[in-house]
Amino acid sequence: MDSRELICIGCPMGCNLQVEINDKEVTKVSGNICPRGKAYAEKECTNPTRIVTSSVKVENGQVDMVSVKTERDIPKDKIFQCMKCIKKAKAKAPVEIGQVIIENVAATGVNVIATKKITA
Amino acid sequence: MQQYDMVIIGGGPAGLAAAVKAKEEGIHSILILERDKSLGGILNQCIHNGFGLHTFKEELTGPEYAQRFIDKVEEAKIPYKLNTMVIDINEEKIITGVNDVDGILEIKAKAIILAMGCRERPRGAINIPGSRCAGIYTAGTAQKFVNIEGEMPGKEVVILGSGDIGLIMARRMTLEGAKVKAVVELMPYSGGLKRNIVQCLDDFNIPLKLSHTVTKIQGKDRVTGVEVCKVDEKLRPIKGTEEYIPCDTLLLSVGLLPENELSRKAGVRLGVTGGPEVDERMGTNIEGIFACGNVLHVHDLVDFVTEESYNAAKNAADYIKGKKVLEDVIELAAGEGIGYTVPKFIHKDNVQHGILVRFRVRNVYKDSFISVYFDNNKEVHQKKRVLAPGEMEDVKLTEEMFNKYPNCKHITVKIEGV
Repeated sequence: MDSRELICIGCPMGCNLQVEINDKEVTKVSGNICPRGKAYAEKECTNPTRIVTSSVKVENGQVDMVSVKTERDIPKDKIFQCMKCIKKAKAKAPVEIGQVIIENVAATGVNVIATKKITA
Repeated sequence: MQQYDMVIIGGGPAGLAAAVKAKEEGIHSILILERDKSLGGILNQCIHNGFGLHTFKEELTGPEYAQRFIDKVEEAKIPYKLNTMVIDINEEKIITGVNDVDGILEIKAKAIILAMGCRERPRGAINIPGSRCAGIYTAGTAQKFVNIEGEMPGKEVVILGSGDIGLIMARRMTLEGAKVKAVVELMPYSGGLKRNIVQCLDDFNIPLKLSHTVTKIQGKDRVTGVEVCKVDEKLRPIKGTEEYIPCDTLLLSVGLLPENELSRKAGVRLGVTGGPEVDERMGTNIEGIFACGNVLHVHDLVDFVTEESYNAAKNAADYIKGKKVLEDVIELAAGEGIGYTVPKFIHKDNVQHGILVRFRVRNVYKDSFISVYFDNNKEVHQKKRVLAPGEMEDVKLTEEMFNKYPNCKHITVKIEGV
C-alpha cells in the first residue's frame, strides 16, 4: 500500500490531502472538508491530466506567434512529448480560434488548437 | 476638438467590458484609446487557461477571453484608436493623446472611464544589491518575450516572488526547456493562487523557498548566479544562511502597481491600493471620471475585472443621461487585518441592489470571521476557514442593512478571531 500527500486545487481553501493507494486504486482520502477533495485525489492518483498551453510560430501573419492549447486535458506524463510536437509545428496565417494546428498530439487522441485569431 | 459622450482609456479587459456595457446602456458616442497595436491588453500574453469560469462558465485562455469582447466591440461598431498614447487628462475631462496618424489629439468627453491597468514593480523598487548585468527581467516581460515574440530570455532561471505571474512563468519556462532552479518568496506564504502552486511548481518539482530572498546578483555582462538567504520574522536576511544558486536569468514577480499617472494629472484622489478611491458607482472624486479593473486595485481573476467594469460603465452611462446621486455618503474603513476596500464610499440613496465590497486581507488567517460594522453595530459575521492576501475576498451588504441604520456614518470591515 502506498500513501501520497496532495494539496487540493478545488477551491482557495487548499486542503492538505492524505491519500492511501492500494494496487493503483484509491482506498482512502483524508484531510478534505468536502467531496471535491475526494474526487480530485482519486483522479490525481489514478489518471492525472492537464491542459497544455503554448505557442507556435506563424508564417505570413501580422504577429510571429499564435497561442495554442490541447483541446482537452491530456495525461500528465505526456506533457513533454506534447511540447516536443508543439515546438516542431508551424502555422500559416490567417488562423482562426479553434483551428486545429496539430492532430492527435503525441498519440493522445487530442488535437492542439489555436486560441488566437491571426490575420495575414 | 473632437467630442464624445464616453472615452475609455485602455483597451484591455476592463476597457473592452466597459465599452460593451456602455453601448448596451444606450450610449452610442464611445471611443476606446489603446496604446498597444491591438486590443486585449495583457490577456494577449496570458496564453494559459483558467479564464472565464465565472463569466462564461468555461475555462478559456487569455487570448480567447479577450477575443470574445473584441468581437462584441466590433459587432457593436464601437470605434477605437490603436497605437494611441494618452498623455494628459484634465479636470474639464479634456483628453490629450498622440499617435502617428492624428498627431496630437484633443478630445472632450462627458464621461471618462480609466482602464489603464497596472504595471510590474521592477528591480529598482526592491533594491537588490549586486551588479547591473543583463538577464534580469520582470516576469511579465519574460512572458511577452516567450509568448508573443517567441524568444527565450534564458536557460537556467531563478524566480524571485511567488505571485501568479512568477508561478505561471516557472511552468512556461520549464515547458520551453529551461531549468527553473527555484522560486524564492520573501513571505512565509505564497502570493499566488494555490492551484498555481500545484500546477506550475509541484507538477515539475520546482522548489518553492518560502521566507527566503535574493541578497546578491552576480555576473559581469550576464547574470552568473544569485545569492539566496533565509529571512527572519522581520524579513531581514539571516547571516550564515547564504546559498549560491548558479543561473543565467533572474525573473522578478514582486508585485503589481496600478498605473495612475493620468489619474493624478486629472486631480483624481488615489488611495492605499495606488488606485483611485471610488464610490459604489466606481466613480472617483472628479464628477464624471470612473475607474475599473487593475488601475483601481490588482485583481486575481479577470472575471471580476469584467464585473467591475460593467458596473463602472452602467453608472457612467447613467451619469451621461443626467442621473444624479445625493451627496450623503458612508465611508468604508479597512479595520483590523484588512488592507483596503473597494468601494471606499457608498451613496446612501444608491443601495437598492445591495453593495458588493471587495477587499484583501493583510495576513494569513485561519478559522476567523469577516465582520462588518455599521458604526458600532455588527451586521455581518462570516466564518472563514482560511483567508490569505493572495486571494481577493468580498462581502455583500444588503439594502436591509442600510435601511436598519439610516444615520450610519462609517462602515468598518475587519477580521475577528474565534
